[in-house]
Amino acid sequence: MADKPRLKLPKEAKKGDVIEIKTLVQHPMETGLRKDAGGNVIPRKIVNKFSATFNGAPLFSAELEPAVAANPYLQFTAKIDQGGTFRFTWVDDDGTVTTAEETITVT
Amino acid sequence: MNRISRRDAVLMGASATLYLSVADVGAALATPPEAEAEIAKFTGGKPAQDGKIAIDLPEIAENGNTIPLAITVNVPISQDSYVSDILVVADGNPNPGIAKFHLTPLSGRAEVGTRIRLATTENVIVVAKTSDGKLYTDRKQVKVTIGGCGG
Repeated sequence: MADKPRLKLPKEAKKGDVIEIKTLVQHPMETGLRKDAGGNVIPRKIVNKFSATFNGAPLFSAELEPAVAANPYLQFTAKIDQGGTFRFTWVDDDGTVTTAEETITVT
Repeated sequence: MNRISRRDAVLMGASATLYLSVADVGAALATPPEAEAEIAKFTGGKPAQDGKIAIDLPEIAENGNTIPLAITVNVPISQDSYVSDILVVADGNPNPGIAKFHLTPLSGRAEVGTRIRLATTENVIVVAKTSDGKLYTDRKQVKVTIGGCGG
């Protein structure tokens, strides 16, 4: 996961609005079922967990299986009652953790 | 004269296709044991009610490697009663599980989207659980031209 995760969400919202958040990380999501040219199984390597918090409180999380497409894209919603910071975390099979943050203000 | 006109031929073709697709749906209703087991683990064996779930998936996917999936559970969300978990399984993939989503009252709406892999023409089954223990389920078949779990 060398590249920075891509995030798409509004910078500001009205109090009480439900906003849509879109996230994407670059990752092959290798299933562990494919074989290379020599007939050897390519070991499984996927992002198996994603979580999102807002001002430290759990907002959304997902457990992913190899049946999620490469460069896992996740879309979910959040109800905004106050401004604050979203924190997103992706966990790889090999233990690598990628994080990203984004803030939103209430108008 | 008993010749088949072009118009008749087209009609016959269309009705044959219709018949075939009806037969497909019938065959696809049976859930294989692996997918069934995954669902039972999620529901705790309790029956799930049909409906309340909108599954947005293409009817036909040319490439099984990346198929957009969107799920909306149409129940009101409040602090005390909200959609807490959504399970997505497929009944024709090498492993039935696709993803499990965990939502909170902060979610505001029970709407999630992702992109999935399907190996073949198969059903995607969605089960949603609310914080007060209600279960809803729905399924949708996708016809896949090129599978997404190539070996």
